[in-house]
Amino acid sequence: METVYSLKPLLAVLVSLVAVIFIVIPNQRPNVRESWTILAALAKFALVASMLPLVLAGKSPAITLFAISPGISLALRVDYLGIIFGLSASFLWIVTSFFSIGYVRGIPEHKQTRYFASFAICLSATMGIAFAANLLTLVIFYEILTIATYPLVLHRETPEAIFGGRKYLVYLLTGGVFLLFALAFTYQLSGTVDFQAGGILPAQTAKSSVIMLFTLFLLSFGVKSAIMPMHSWLPTAMVAPTPVSALLHAVAVVKAGVFGFARAIGFIIGPAVLNESGAAGFLAALTAATILVASLIALRQDNLKARLAYSTVGHLSYIVLGLSLFSPSAWIGALLHIVNHAMMKITLFFCAGAIHVRTHCDNVSQLNGIGRQMPLTMAAFTIASIGLAGIPPVNGFISKWYLVQGSYDVGQMVFVVTFLLSGLLNAGYFFSIVVRAFFAPSDKFTRFGEASPLMVVPLVITAVLSLLMGLFPDRIPYFFQLASSAAQSVIGGGGP
Amino acid sequence: MSSLSVLIIASLLLFCFISALVGIWRLRWAYAAAVTGVALALVAAGAGLYRVITDGEQRHFLGGWPPPFGIEYVLDHLSAFMVVIIVFIGLITIIYPPQAGLYHTPRRVVPAYGLLLLLIAGLAGVVVTGDLFNLFVFLEIYSLASYALITLGGDRAVVASFRYLVLGTIAGSFYLLGVGFIYFSTGTLNMADAARLLPPLYGSPTIMAAVALIVIGMGIKMALFPLHVWLPDAHSYAPPVVAAILAAIQIEVAAYVIVRFMLTVFQPGYFIDVLPVTTIIGWMAAAGIIFGSVMAIAQKDFKRMLAYSTVAQVAYIGLGIGLANPLGLIGALLHILNHAFMKSCLFLVAGGIRYQTGLHAIPQFAGLGRKMPLMMSAFTVAALSMVGIPPTAGFFSKWYLVLGGIEAGNWVFVAVILASSLLTAVYFFRMIEKLFAAPSGGDPAVEQAREPSARILAPIMTLAVGIIVLGLINVLIVSYVLQPVVALLP
Repeated sequence: METVYSLKPLLAVLVSLVAVIFIVIPNQRPNVRESWTILAALAKFALVASMLPLVLAGKSPAITLFAISPGISLALRVDYLGIIFGLSASFLWIVTSFFSIGYVRGIPEHKQTRYFASFAICLSATMGIAFAANLLTLVIFYEILTIATYPLVLHRETPEAIFGGRKYLVYLLTGGVFLLFALAFTYQLSGTVDFQAGGILPAQTAKSSVIMLFTLFLLSFGVKSAIMPMHSWLPTAMVAPTPVSALLHAVAVVKAGVFGFARAIGFIIGPAVLNESGAAGFLAALTAATILVASLIALRQDNLKARLAYSTVGHLSYIVLGLSLFSPSAWIGALLHIVNHAMMKITLFFCAGAIHVRTHCDNVSQLNGIGRQMPLTMAAFTIASIGLAGIPPVNGFISKWYLVQGSYDVGQMVFVVTFLLSGLLNAGYFFSIVVRAFFAPSDKFTRFGEASPLMVVPLVITAVLSLLMGLFPDRIPYFFQLASSAAQSVIGGGGP
Repeated sequence: MSSLSVLIIASLLLFCFISALVGIWRLRWAYAAAVTGVALALVAAGAGLYRVITDGEQRHFLGGWPPPFGIEYVLDHLSAFMVVIIVFIGLITIIYPPQAGLYHTPRRVVPAYGLLLLLIAGLAGVVVTGDLFNLFVFLEIYSLASYALITLGGDRAVVASFRYLVLGTIAGSFYLLGVGFIYFSTGTLNMADAARLLPPLYGSPTIMAAVALIVIGMGIKMALFPLHVWLPDAHSYAPPVVAAILAAIQIEVAAYVIVRFMLTVFQPGYFIDVLPVTTIIGWMAAAGIIFGSVMAIAQKDFKRMLAYSTVAQVAYIGLGIGLANPLGLIGALLHILNHAFMKSCLFLVAGGIRYQTGLHAIPQFAGLGRKMPLMMSAFTVAALSMVGIPPTAGFFSKWYLVLGGIEAGNWVFVAVILASSLLTAVYFFRMIEKLFAAPSGGDPAVEQAREPSARILAPIMTLAVGIIVLGLINVLIVSYVLQPVVALLP
């Protein structure tokens, strides 16, 4: 890709950081404070979206700020992969912001200023990860994201929340330490840490070094991607307010881990070198096991958010499994699933949040007949469930199709079976909720009563978008083209 | 020739006496005189660093006597770097108001400012002198000043100070004995002259003994595990301003002396290959990092936790010396700077908390974050930097140390650095959690706590902002100041 100088990647990162300053101004009215969040979210999405035509034309907006270590600069560069992540995260921040306002005022939550400020920092860090041009820049934003999420996890300040926060930090900081090691090791092996499609490791790198580097990446990015057995922070972190679970634990934080894998496999180690070392087979086996085990655990969860959390663990491994297969189709499927899973899972978390605010029910067994009280919410829930089970016409089908095709291309029938079996399990744990909601008799939920429009409108939007992205995968907004270009640049060697 | 190095020492010593004299008359003037003296020294030190970067080494012959007959002061990249840190941290801590920083005992404030200037002058003198014996004189000047200053902390501090006095005197004697051996073998006390005369004598047992004595002496002074026993008491009972100077710059000066002997007085190869000095320092440091971090986790008292954290952090510097390659040494020297900012910030926060609330144990801090948000966010920045979260300064010293460890192929050291980040995270996040998330126990001291005054906040916030700025501009420091230093390594 041809690089063009542009200030926009930097602005996209900074806009929400600047908003933090306005959010924390003391003694302002809540409406004024929240308007800064909304303004920043809209501005961020507009900035990212305005770079899309350039990227589609094969140009990559980039800016190099200053050297941060001899020979390594703090640099941002928007490529196919980065804009997929950037677009989905910045768009979903807008809907989540509206949903958050409805949620924290409906409960009502304490310390809302800290809440919105931390959220804005998280989004800056996410954009930084998406647009980082080298591994050091990525690591800086990755660690900022880890720290900025911490106050959100322990937001409730109950003993469980504090425990969840501790567990979160132990897991994520350990991952961060391995990431620093991986970063330094990469620098020693290749003399550079700039991302380059196809990898930067010299071809003559010793096989043992490749395996060690890959293990370090697995131990670092694997934590945020919640690959078993490094996943258990994620269900515990569900004590956070639901919008946090929705955006951070379904979209930004965990996808940052998955995105890290895409960078490490495709842009640092390189598929060719990694394939030769044979290390990726281990990752594939680990993720396949995670998919099945997480789905089985999800079946047994009564708490709705816990069930969603384990479902997230499974779907994150879909993506990482796809990335570790080195077939263009599997990469397309994996990258599409970053967006599609985000859209569907955020819908489900929004539904869980709306149900919590309206009825204070958190368990699946309490939801008999809730479809009569909250028909719109549960309709959205149904659409997203269909998608996650991989049934057309919702977008989850498209990504799963490519994932299955990719496994077939490389002759790994065992992964084909894994994906199909997991689809059944997904159907099992989601459809049971849908059936309960619409068909089980209830004397509790008889009258129509949705949550506030601030919560219902966002979840309807994301559900409808999931459906539209399933019907027109390449119309909105060219995710298919972006994903296939990214896959081609990595697997095909060089760019289009 | 440049007299900037003399100006630094002269303005500190001159205002040391002025401060004590005018202080008898008006208490406030002692403070003003002390601040003026250090500020002048900072200007001279800054100019000196600039001259070194643009023109190279600056030498000054005291009294016009050329070495090896007279004493010379030398500003090169290493000493100019150190002296700027010393005087800057000195200025920040002296600005900090005495009622919070020195536990306000008016009769003692006047001599305290004189002693603080004497302490800073001694530290700066060790760094700028090019004479082996003159270094000993300054070493004793700053040691004596610090023994006296620690006692300001109360009854328990007197005992701690006495313990430090005994061990510090032993350390000083070791150094003097080592220098004596060198003098008897070479007939010179000038560093540059000794460096010229020593190589033929490298096989001599006398010189080997001299190296051992000097390194052990400085090992005690820099509290390198297991020679650290004096540190936890002395640093936790000393008043906050004194503790800040002791932890942030005093023990680092001892590390400087080791680096100075390794790089210029001897040839680096002598310390690395001929004698296993760097290897021994490295392994002592690796043990010290783990020991200090674990002990810090076990502490309830905030300042005592910081004291054990110092044992661990100074061992990072030792580890970098132990790696004995350019990247490792850059990490060590950069950590001297970064640790100076972080640790002085943390001790000043401890002083602020104690002054505002009277509290000093971490379990009592529950809910304080809400009451003093500005000071506690400064604390959080310093704590994140100690853990090594980018883009704070602490991340980058760790980054160079890890790079150096990988280059040396020393996986144990790499593992120690990484594991200690996690241990550090345990004791700092435990406190962050208390400050911001734990429910306050209804303690009236916490309920009535207020943000401290601007005079207390200003030095703390300056250091906190400095921690982030140093992280972002670390390349400038590394390429202009530190790379010329480590170029001496093979």
